[in-house]
Amino acid sequence: MTSFRINNAALLGAVSLFAVAAASRGAAEPQVIVLASTTSVENSGLLAHILPQFTSETGITVHVVAQGTGQALATAAHGDADLVLVHDPAAEATFMAAGHGLTRTEIAWNDFVIVGPGADPAHIAGAHDVVAALKQIAAAKAPFVSRGDNSGTDALEKRLWKVAGLDPAASDGGWYRDIGGGMGAALNAAAAMGAYTLSDRGTWLSFGHKAGMQIEVEGDPRLLNRYDVILLNPQTHPQAKQVPAHRFADWLASPEGQAAIGGYTIAGQRLFHPEADAKP
Amino acid sequence: MSDIVDAVRLALGLLLEFDASLRRIVILSLAVSLSASMAAAACGLPLGAALAVFRFRGRGLLILLANALLGLPPVVVGLVLYLLLSRSGPLGWLGILFTPVAMAVAQFLLALPIVVALSHRAMVGIWREYGDDLLVSGASRLRAIPHLLSIGRLSALTATLAGFGRAISEVGAILIVGGNIAGYTRTMTTAITLETGEGHLAFALALGLVLIAISIAVSAGAFAIEARVRGSRSQGTA
Repeated sequence: MTSFRINNAALLGAVSLFAVAAASRGAAEPQVIVLASTTSVENSGLLAHILPQFTSETGITVHVVAQGTGQALATAAHGDADLVLVHDPAAEATFMAAGHGLTRTEIAWNDFVIVGPGADPAHIAGAHDVVAALKQIAAAKAPFVSRGDNSGTDALEKRLWKVAGLDPAASDGGWYRDIGGGMGAALNAAAAMGAYTLSDRGTWLSFGHKAGMQIEVEGDPRLLNRYDVILLNPQTHPQAKQVPAHRFADWLASPEGQAAIGGYTIAGQRLFHPEADAKP
Repeated sequence: MSDIVDAVRLALGLLLEFDASLRRIVILSLAVSLSASMAAAACGLPLGAALAVFRFRGRGLLILLANALLGLPPVVVGLVLYLLLSRSGPLGWLGILFTPVAMAVAQFLLALPIVVALSHRAMVGIWREYGDDLLVSGASRLRAIPHLLSIGRLSALTATLAGFGRAISEVGAILIVGGNIAGYTRTMTTAITLETGEGHLAFALALGLVLIAISIAVSAGAFAIEARVRGSRSQGTA
């Protein structure tokens, strides 16, 4: 009697494992592609806004794995994605040079902003020169939150400090805080610490916990944020689902896809510009 | 403070409304964590009992290992599993990375040491008390294991629920091997992580309260089933 019950438990375990396997297989039956993308396009709600339209037009489901740009490119390099949507031109160039990518197409852009506390201890509010603003933050030793996660935003921030001729990680005083997290984690940390941070505009606009923070610096051409879609090279990544991945990349660049991207707004504000819009 | 009040109100609203996307997340969380903990129970309970019944070389090491792995860091399990299941890894041909199956495997690995260690601890005491009787009544040590688990079924249930608790509350491993894909591998815990990242703190906390409510319901359900089984059995023998 008892041994039956034990067997039943084992059976139940095995059956439910199969159920999970069957459920995931059932869902994978229609065409599914894995898009390695950045947290900014996922967390801002852009993909949730445009993907249903693509899926209804083509029947292709896009599974979005949202990571920092560095990790997203690594995921694709491991062969675990079918295409990439990221925003770090330097890292993308390295990825292409290593032979992982086939084509790289700009599909959208917006800009980065420096956000910070309403009290603005470094007196940078309203400035347009991001490098000068960073110098002022460093001079005032005002708290600054860095992503520190090798994402596209993190890479730009590091480049801007370099342009400013500063190495904040080496400076003392504890004002430069590397949190090693995503954009949302950085904004939460900045809100809690009354710190400045660099954010993409899309995540900032959709972020729900601004807690008295405001945009301090915007409009510097160096704050341009371009998003590229990269198709994988079939020679180095034969397992990538080329046909549906191509269709998705083509759709993003098509008039319909561009209109969908440009049509995404929060409180009347456009979060991402179609590629053809005039840049600052 | 207002965030917490908002969260409680939101959580009640979520539970009352229970819309399609929440239902999906809850069902996936339960399917993954229940299958992981059931599989961990199916392997771990007999193993825990065997460690109490048999004496063999390396037994002490296994017990030490099970207890040491109680503190297995989920993020490390996730990372190792990711490297194994990646297309460029040794098990890449399975094609289960970024699927619920990979998440169930990760949680199974995390729940197993808990089930083994807890059931072993309980079965040692029961074996001390009933072992001689079981052996005298003619059962071999192997055959005694099911009897042992039957006598100690409340402890076995507790061990299984502890494994389930570990599985359903875990986020580090499934975030890496599941990818937190909306509508596909997004569970309660990965949704909470995401909502926190989007700054929807009250909503994230509300999801957390829903998760706790569901965990309580699962435990209560398990104990209710056990009580019914016991009730019907004592009726049968009466």
